[in-house]
Amino acid sequence: MSVTTDRVVYMDNNATTRVAPEVLAEMLPYFSDFYGNPSSMHNFGGQVGRKVAEARGKIAALLGCSPDELLFTSCGTESDSTAILSAIQSFPEKRHIVTTRVEHPAVKNLCERLESLTGHRHKVTQLPVECDGTIDLCKYEEALTDETAIVSVMWANNETGVIFPIERMAALAKERGILFHTDAVQAVGKVPINLSAMKVDFLSLSGHKLHAPKGIGVLYVRKGTPFIPFLIGGHQEHGRRGGTENVAAIIGLGKACELAGAKMNEENTRVKALRDRLEEGLIAAIPHSLLNGHKTERLPNTTNISFEYVEGEAILLHLDRFGICASSGSACTSGSLEPSHVMRAMGVPFTAAHGSTRFSLSIYNSEEEIDYVLAHLPKIIADLRAMSPFWAEAMKSQAGCGCGCKKG
Amino acid sequence: MWEYTDLVKEHFLNPRNVGEVENANGIGEVGSLACGDALKLTIRVDENQIIADAKFKTFGCASAIASSSALTEMIKGMPLDDAAKITNEDIAEFLGGLPKEKMHCSVMGREALEAAIASYRGVKLPMAEGEVVCECFGVTDLEVKRAIAESNLHTVEEITNFTKAGGGCGKCHDRLQELLDEVRQGAVQLAIPDQRPKRMTTIQKIKLIEEVLEREIRPALRKDGGDIELIDVDGDTVIVSLRGSCVSCKKSQTTLKEYVEKKLREQVLDTLTVEEGRA
Repeated sequence: MSVTTDRVVYMDNNATTRVAPEVLAEMLPYFSDFYGNPSSMHNFGGQVGRKVAEARGKIAALLGCSPDELLFTSCGTESDSTAILSAIQSFPEKRHIVTTRVEHPAVKNLCERLESLTGHRHKVTQLPVECDGTIDLCKYEEALTDETAIVSVMWANNETGVIFPIERMAALAKERGILFHTDAVQAVGKVPINLSAMKVDFLSLSGHKLHAPKGIGVLYVRKGTPFIPFLIGGHQEHGRRGGTENVAAIIGLGKACELAGAKMNEENTRVKALRDRLEEGLIAAIPHSLLNGHKTERLPNTTNISFEYVEGEAILLHLDRFGICASSGSACTSGSLEPSHVMRAMGVPFTAAHGSTRFSLSIYNSEEEIDYVLAHLPKIIADLRAMSPFWAEAMKSQAGCGCGCKKG
Repeated sequence: MWEYTDLVKEHFLNPRNVGEVENANGIGEVGSLACGDALKLTIRVDENQIIADAKFKTFGCASAIASSSALTEMIKGMPLDDAAKITNEDIAEFLGGLPKEKMHCSVMGREALEAAIASYRGVKLPMAEGEVVCECFGVTDLEVKRAIAESNLHTVEEITNFTKAGGGCGKCHDRLQELLDEVRQGAVQLAIPDQRPKRMTTIQKIKLIEEVLEREIRPALRKDGGDIELIDVDGDTVIVSLRGSCVSCKKSQTTLKEYVEKKLREQVLDTLTVEEGRA
């Protein structure tokens, strides 16, 4: 595109994040200089093993757990699969899983395909959410039965940032002897987590969501929780996950967790203030824009706004011209022909679901970048609406109605 | 990210002929907000049967907007009879091609053009008359068959790419496959009736389940001093109650799933699940 700028304003941190320069610096020696295998007997490898142990300790410190409760995986998806498949193998007689309608595909699609994987039919309860994306704990309690093998509920939603009451939900599951897994990929590093004070059995995290590289994940397995490995091979991770450790990435993740702990306060003050200013600015400047998700029970970095009567892909590609990176829950960007399952579960009307746009910030965003988005997006929406066959009609009928209600 | 051609990007960023033609004498409206894309095409046909002006309004993604823009550029100044021959492939070609998943955008353009011409000529389009195959996107069998024949489609996935049919809940995939077979084989095949029972009524299920229980399952359980009773059948869920020594047996759940359910699936219906009812 001829007008494309070189500038990049990155506001898609729930998709992936920049590897922090400090993280990269920490990793670099472990590619070509200290390339030993941590399992080796010689000191050349052994010194790498000690560095891996150090990283494990840093990650445990951020999560409030013991280092030996962590095992390294290749990504958040592997962590999710490992936890859920382990639980249903540990309790083969229990054929029920409780999850939600807004889970990440790593959990949602796995649960929906368990039968072909295990050869057994599993009943999957996908709990509905309210229109603000929060969950009704009464419905949750009702869903738990003696047949339930595991509950798998995300800590924070990737599309809206809405946070579920994981501590309470885990306790309710535990009271009934049910294993509890949480996909905390979006939450780790953004909200405080103290696993030692909680009843969570499994927790998944992913490195590239918190300024570590792609290709590294962690699964927390509470001490005493029955566990059956997913990847079977060598003795790595005490036989709980075979495969040579992704050493450099593990060391990078350790550093990233250390940084996340130190910057948690900034995330919840400065970044949150930036997010709020962006959100309030857009909603004030653009008529017929709606916030998707609960206003306060939410990650500090995420905002999801629907601009009615325009389609998300068109918004994103216009933003892209200005180097602004965001994402959308519209059909055309979800890889299917329907808007995102999260928007549908929340009952966002079609007039708005196709135009849902997510901005997810990080500590690397600045005031000036917020101003830049606020300067460009209102015109993009106005231009697309001028082109939309529904906009003029909606405005007409609204004027006739006179009550200020939103048509849709 | 989609791989759009430079022409698609150009028409998306600088769309031609946006708006509505004043004194239009042909209007074509297709798609809906719910479907995620919609196009309103307005044309003015002059006394020489030439499209003097054409404008569009589109709600949709980049390729929908680009296809609409391309369409108006193609038909302006064109005799109506020639315009009527434009296919979706022509629109895609004008743009240097579209990603295969986005071909339905060009189909939407063609449909809007047909609707506009039909409205000018005061005739009704036959396409909407067909039987709705895909409920999610409101696509009829006539539209699907036409796309299969015209665009030489070979798979259900291709049908979805071109018409959106089957892109929602996926319930209609079997029907789409049937339509595909029908069109591809040129004619409807000689019907060979399928004698296998496809769907059973609950009464049929109960009868068969009782037979299997009596013939096989009860005798086996009784050997160990146990017994089983059928409580209810709700859809594909069979609710039973274990009796005798089964009640206190620690392995009763395994028996239920690994033995009872297995037998019933083999001999009655492979979608059955067995659950223990709480008395």
